[in-house]
Amino acid sequence: MQATLKVRRYTPEAAAGDGSPREPQYQTYTLDVPDYFTVLDALIKIREEIDGTLAVRCSCRAAVCGSCAMRINGQSRLACKTKLIAIAPQGQTVTVEPMANMPVLKDLVVDMEPFWAKIRAVQPWLQPTGPKPEREYIVPNEAMLGLNGVMACIMCGACVSACTVLEIDQNFLGPAALAKAYRFVHDPRDGKTRERLAELNKYGGIWDCTHCFECVTACPKGVAPMDRILELRHDAVTHGFTNTNGARHAEAFTELVRHSGWLDENRLPVQSVGLFNIKELVQLMPVGLRMLIHRKMPPIIHRPIPGIENVRRLFAKFSHE
Amino acid sequence: MASVPLKYAWFPGCVSRGACRELYQSMTRVATVLGIELVELKEAACTGAGVISERQPDVADAINTRTFALAQRLGLPLLNNCSTCQGVMSAVQARLHADPHRLQRINEALAEEGLRYDGGLSIKNFLWALVEDYGLDRLKRLVTRPLTSLRVAPFYGCYILRPAEKLGLDERPERAQYLEWVISAVGAEPVDFPGKTRCCGFPILTMNRRNSLTMAGKHLADAQDLGADCMVTPCPLCHLNLDAQQPDAARTIRQPLALPILHLPQLIGLALGLSPRELGMQKHIVSTRRIEQRLRQAPAGALAG
Repeated sequence: MQATLKVRRYTPEAAAGDGSPREPQYQTYTLDVPDYFTVLDALIKIREEIDGTLAVRCSCRAAVCGSCAMRINGQSRLACKTKLIAIAPQGQTVTVEPMANMPVLKDLVVDMEPFWAKIRAVQPWLQPTGPKPEREYIVPNEAMLGLNGVMACIMCGACVSACTVLEIDQNFLGPAALAKAYRFVHDPRDGKTRERLAELNKYGGIWDCTHCFECVTACPKGVAPMDRILELRHDAVTHGFTNTNGARHAEAFTELVRHSGWLDENRLPVQSVGLFNIKELVQLMPVGLRMLIHRKMPPIIHRPIPGIENVRRLFAKFSHE
Repeated sequence: MASVPLKYAWFPGCVSRGACRELYQSMTRVATVLGIELVELKEAACTGAGVISERQPDVADAINTRTFALAQRLGLPLLNNCSTCQGVMSAVQARLHADPHRLQRINEALAEEGLRYDGGLSIKNFLWALVEDYGLDRLKRLVTRPLTSLRVAPFYGCYILRPAEKLGLDERPERAQYLEWVISAVGAEPVDFPGKTRCCGFPILTMNRRNSLTMAGKHLADAQDLGADCMVTPCPLCHLNLDAQQPDAARTIRQPLALPILHLPQLIGLALGLSPRELGMQKHIVSTRRIEQRLRQAPAGALAG
């Protein structure tokens, strides 16, 4: 089959002097490839046979090492796990770009240091408390089953590249580091659960995730970082970290629906920021006023739905704690 | 092609009865003109919007299963007009189908009010129903005011696109293009822009206001810079962040913004010849006057057929 790859080329150092472009630009390569070729196979062939200046990082070519994450037609994924025939069966042009949310070093190679800095920030090592066992720490198999998914992470960075929050705020810990944090919060041998959750509960942590499923889609290993972040939110609340807008929002939302079966949008924002949080209550006023002027305010009298007793019964039966 | 009358159990969702009542209004008006019968599920509870499941996942599954059972009792497919509702319902349905014991436990509780969910319910957002059940050719035949002069940016909302396998995009990848198809079907021109499948920022509005408004502002500015006259969304939560918060988003990104945001039924309604007032457009925070001016250039009936 014929493959056409439109590759983003860029060398930030103005004086690279190797003939590569100094401003980002797209270069199109057309080549004949076998049907079984992946995007990475094609990139290697380009580098070896057409253009030796193309920079691409790779190693195992088997979706294990996590080196070749990049954006392919806008989606963050492993180049070695993406068959050309699956995404361009008629030989359509495939756009290949470096991962987003990380500085580009050259062409498809990004600087992973900001990624590693955030992984380090969650202290990704076991911190047991109490006396050391004579030999190894013994853990029943079933206690580790829930961690299998998250331990499959190969640190490729695809989730970080796809993250919509990191796109606008580099302060966010991001999906990879938070999934790694989950791995230690839920490890039965770790003794710092509370301290870890206290850190994750801060600005830039679990409550800054916008729940967009981009990282779940991007992850080549089924780690589902966003799902782990939502579980960490639950963990934070059950460990008593309830003094955040996020925790109040989830609690108020649940209680309002339990009460009337549907959301009271007048009360939810107020209860989420807290009744005595004057600064944030004042921030809500302009939008409230605008909605009032445009007759867009939700009904002041919020009536429960018919048959609310049946909804309350389900809440009583299926609520935990 | 003979026109088959369509009838749905309709789940309007909280926002279309609260802060976006113009969505409820336009949905019912447009359904009438299209000949779609909506039987409102007044007893159905909020989906939980993925928030209740953070605190009480089993409750979230139970109250949504109850909604499915209410629709099934009527013998009707379920229709919603919210990307978020669609996402939650599809996720719950996938969990129930994967775990019959979970469904059985919920059914035991539902039996107390004489309800039961047997699985297999068709659950569709209005966007999907319009393309897959109603048909765009049928819609085109009813267009009396083609929106030929209008450049419309699509905005999907995360939960109608991701996770793809739960939302049926594995079998129907074209669901990620339906908005563009509908925009073209009513005679308008789709404006492609990178933010159309991204997050509007609404879920973190109370957690990190600055980030939330920056996200909304970025997408609005991108669409505006590409020459869009307006944006259309099948999600009222996106609408809240993109319309009601737009003045604050503009201040946050320090860039003037004046992009009207339409609910999906409003775009359809305009093409069907309904007036902006009938579609509740006067309730929007960002003035829709620009759209009305454009429409005056192509008055109702002028290009019918």
